[in-house]
Amino acid sequence: MGVALTRAAQWTMGKLEVSPLNEALLNDIVNFVEQFNSRHPQEAKLVFTEPLQWTTALQASDFTSEYELSGSSVHSQDTDKDGCPLLQLIPPDISVRSFSHLCKVVQLANDSKLKEVWACLEANREPVVKMLGPNFTTAEVSDSSPEAEFKVKLLLILQQLDTQLLNSSITQLSQKVRLSPAAVKRDVELLKSVCGAGEKRLLKSVRYTSDYEFSNGCRSPPWRQAHGEIAYLIIEPCDTEPLFITCSTAGVYLNSGIKQEGEENAYERKSDVYKDLVTLLKSKSLHFTENINEQVVFLNLRREIKMNLFCFHKSPGGGTAAEEFSESSSESEEDEEQSERRGESHTDLPSEYWQIQKLVKYLKGGNQTATVIALCCMRDFNLAQETCQLAIRDVGGLEVLINLLDTDEVKCKIGSLKIMKEISRSSQIRRAIANLGGLQTMVSILDSPDKELKCLAAETIANVAKFRRARRTVRQYGGIKRLVELLDCVPDSAMLSTEQEKDVEVACCGALALWSCSKSTRNKEAIRKAGGIPLLARLLKSPQKNMLIPVVGTLQECASERSYRIAIQTEGMIEDLVKNLNCDNQELQMHCASAIFKCAEDKRTRDLVRQYEGLQPLVVLLNEADNKQLLAAVTGAIWKCSMSMENVVKFEEFKALERLVSLLTDQPEEVLVNVVGALGECAQRPANRATIRKSGGIPPLVSLLTGTNQALLVNVTRAVGACATESENMMIIDRLDGVRLLWSLLKNPNPDVQASAAWAICPCIENAKDAGEMVRSFVGGLELIVNLLKSPNKEVLASVCAAIAKIAKDEENLAVITDHGVVPMLSNLTNTVNDKLHRYLAEAVARCCMWGSNRVAFGEAGAVAPLVRYLRSKDPSVHQATAQALFQLSKDPSNCIAMHENGVVKLLLGMMGSTDEVLQEAAAGCVANIRRLALANEKAKYG
Amino acid sequence: MTEMSAMSRKIIQNLAETLSKQVKHFNKTEAECLIRLFNGLLGEQTDRRVGLGLDRSKFRNILHNTFGMTDDMIMDRVFRAFDKDNDSYISVKEWVEGLAIFLRGTMDEKIKYCFDVYDLNGDGYISREEMFHMLKNSLIRQPTEEDPDEGIKDLVEITLKKMDYDHDSRLSCADFEKAVRDENLLLEAFGTCLPDAKSILAFEQHAFQEPQER
Repeated sequence: MGVALTRAAQWTMGKLEVSPLNEALLNDIVNFVEQFNSRHPQEAKLVFTEPLQWTTALQASDFTSEYELSGSSVHSQDTDKDGCPLLQLIPPDISVRSFSHLCKVVQLANDSKLKEVWACLEANREPVVKMLGPNFTTAEVSDSSPEAEFKVKLLLILQQLDTQLLNSSITQLSQKVRLSPAAVKRDVELLKSVCGAGEKRLLKSVRYTSDYEFSNGCRSPPWRQAHGEIAYLIIEPCDTEPLFITCSTAGVYLNSGIKQEGEENAYERKSDVYKDLVTLLKSKSLHFTENINEQVVFLNLRREIKMNLFCFHKSPGGGTAAEEFSESSSESEEDEEQSERRGESHTDLPSEYWQIQKLVKYLKGGNQTATVIALCCMRDFNLAQETCQLAIRDVGGLEVLINLLDTDEVKCKIGSLKIMKEISRSSQIRRAIANLGGLQTMVSILDSPDKELKCLAAETIANVAKFRRARRTVRQYGGIKRLVELLDCVPDSAMLSTEQEKDVEVACCGALALWSCSKSTRNKEAIRKAGGIPLLARLLKSPQKNMLIPVVGTLQECASERSYRIAIQTEGMIEDLVKNLNCDNQELQMHCASAIFKCAEDKRTRDLVRQYEGLQPLVVLLNEADNKQLLAAVTGAIWKCSMSMENVVKFEEFKALERLVSLLTDQPEEVLVNVVGALGECAQRPANRATIRKSGGIPPLVSLLTGTNQALLVNVTRAVGACATESENMMIIDRLDGVRLLWSLLKNPNPDVQASAAWAICPCIENAKDAGEMVRSFVGGLELIVNLLKSPNKEVLASVCAAIAKIAKDEENLAVITDHGVVPMLSNLTNTVNDKLHRYLAEAVARCCMWGSNRVAFGEAGAVAPLVRYLRSKDPSVHQATAQALFQLSKDPSNCIAMHENGVVKLLLGMMGSTDEVLQEAAAGCVANIRRLALANEKAKYG
Repeated sequence: MTEMSAMSRKIIQNLAETLSKQVKHFNKTEAECLIRLFNGLLGEQTDRRVGLGLDRSKFRNILHNTFGMTDDMIMDRVFRAFDKDNDSYISVKEWVEGLAIFLRGTMDEKIKYCFDVYDLNGDGYISREEMFHMLKNSLIRQPTEEDPDEGIKDLVEITLKKMDYDHDSRLSCADFEKAVRDENLLLEAFGTCLPDAKSILAFEQHAFQEPQER
């Protein structure tokens, strides 16, 4: 109740106002008090700490026999501990000390209930405090006397009421229109348009009391803006006295006559609050009301047109939009702006605002000397603070700073850039600078002979080019080429002259700017074309960290492009990247690792990393578990490097696997993807599979199968699959129900996940005990996998064929998949062109021939002729599988005829001479079957 | 005649030799070039007291035409800074010494020089009044303002606030040096009194390469 009364209820000058909202609140309170006795009889008897006292309209005669009357005064029979009566009336004052009596008073008051409660609340601004004592909520509630218990209960009841009251008043408040400075301005413009001298005018005049408009659109002084007041108006209607009007966010009302600022008592409200100016005028001016209706249509029309115009202006030019989207960038979202986070009434302008405004004035109206002084003083403000940044922008300082860059005064340019370099850390300022065309000028400054100026311009560009459009602007104005030219210096000689040192500094700033710019694909291209790569390679030999970080940052950003990856390898940058892995700066280490991560897809690069002994520092960096970005880059580099088995051997030596396994838990996904990827690669070597098991890696791997990140799932399935090739591992996987999890990943919509899961299933079936039984236990599992043969993805098809070949080893399962139509589906695939698929398809065909009439069915479906063609493949593993399939198929005579017709014999004869015994045997068996058929045929013919 | 010029060449070379030893930043050839330039300028001068050196108006012409300075008061102060013996003429020695700082001075030398220029009454401090005097033309005067000097006064106050480290309401040389070290841009805080890079380059090319061309 306390909060509701102070916050929601509308008070003026210590009185409760007569307003609908207050009335509603009071009615609720009256109801509450009236029902208190019956609802909470025990709490009602509680004696208040202090009496509620107010001036009442009740007379002694109103009281019933329950009370003792003595003359005009009344008191209750029950008293408190000290003998004071709980109710005492000495007209016109009444004091009450319990809810039971309050309740009775309200009942006695009948028609004047509302008035009594009203008077009571006005007199007792904090009723709860009086009832329960000032410190009740905060002080010790520990004493467990029944009285304290009741007090707590009463407090809870009152708080409940409070919430209830607030809730109902909020619904009321929210129905009201809240005015904004823009809405007021619009209304005033409209009203001005209906003023004039003619017969038809609605008003004589409309004017603001102040001509000054603050940047937030308000015209009231800041200390009044705190009250939500927007502006003051003086409106002269045609038929009444001038109206002095306050427009506030809550609505508009008459004030006591504000003619100018500064008359304190004039701000007081003198009328009801109306929702807008027109409504207020309607109630105050008869002339206005009568004539408004004629013009209201016109007014509305005007408003509509204005709003349409407004919308039109806001839509951006169509031409640039298309290009905007064509630009790809690696961090496209980073800066693509959150809209401005400022409330519409900016009430408390800090003193910095005014000081900065003054300095900007000097910048505008000063000669070079005054400008330099003003610039230097502006730098003394805390430019990292948002208020100062926005103040500079809002008072028009950015325009001046950018204009200064176009002058010939070097000092002014330096001063201006020093400020812009700082404030461009704010994304709003960055946008403003770009919008004002600052980038173009800064790019042209890069040609200046003054090195300090060049540095500052490049640094500012580095800050501004954090969003796409700015990066494009830099490129379009030839900035990339100029920035690349800045890189030209001698970074590594020990003895540098002062001039050379300055050159190094310039190069460092240039690298910073290129780093920001390199986040757009086309800029990467532009840097390369401008000859940036050899320069970056040279700077990479620099011993200075502040130089290396932007250089390596740019390189790793650009390494997403193939051309850069090749260049990084051929220009010998891997050696330097590896060298810097050993430095003591984590940011630099991260960028180096990240560059290696991106480049090590290439085998030659992986070998170089090993040759330059980069693998050990990578493993050492795995211990930096707190820096997740570093960890993600390092694990990524390890993953890609482990694609070479020579590297895996090294990793074994450095005990990398144990570390990697320990990183399987509690890591962000970008780390997990890489860790699991690395484990998957390492597990291709048998010894490592045991290591993973021994260091407890299998349970976390299996549990990762339940994740949703697709990249992670691809890697996890691969790792689990690799582990499953060892039967001891398989036991653990089986126990953790890993095969079921893998199987359910076949339902994943991503084909990469499907394929990877199917590959992983193969070793599982091969190594699990009772694999057939296990597979059958997956309800609908066989149908699911057979249906994947309809996938358009070759890799999925190959993996599923491989899995089917394993499944078909179990006769019962073979029968089931035959029922699901595996034969025609496999036959359909025989004409696809893909060596990998051919091999596993042939394996699957060979296995599926083992059931019933499948051999005949394959022949009828036309699978034989394509299979014969597979023998012409260059891949020996295809030969083996195909020969086996043909051997199985050749057990059916009509297949033999088809094979013979397709010229299989000559091909098989060649393969019989192969060193591969399995191939030999299958080829020979097939030829034997064909031969036998021929012999039988001859025998039949010639008897 | 040839004897004369031969003799004067000899004199000039000797002078150059001595000056290049006394003054930093210039080698002997450069000093010689500057002396020749000085003599050339003297020749143009119609004043009969040629022997004393360059006079004020001649020197101001050079500052204005060669080094692009415009502020009369500052140019006078630069003249005073060059004219170390206060005889209202710049001797050849003062000329070479002055140009050494002007063209190639180190930061320390420039700070000292600028402070001398700005310390109008030479009492070792730049006072409020001196600042006001030097800055009085630095802002466009708003005709609407009640006190047109208000902006300047405020500018003086914020400058003092920034540079007066010991809070005695005036700038000592130490204050000035500290402020400039902190922010190099403040070296010429009260008016341009040093040439910019472009005119230095132009002057040096003109002065030092002429002899070879002849």
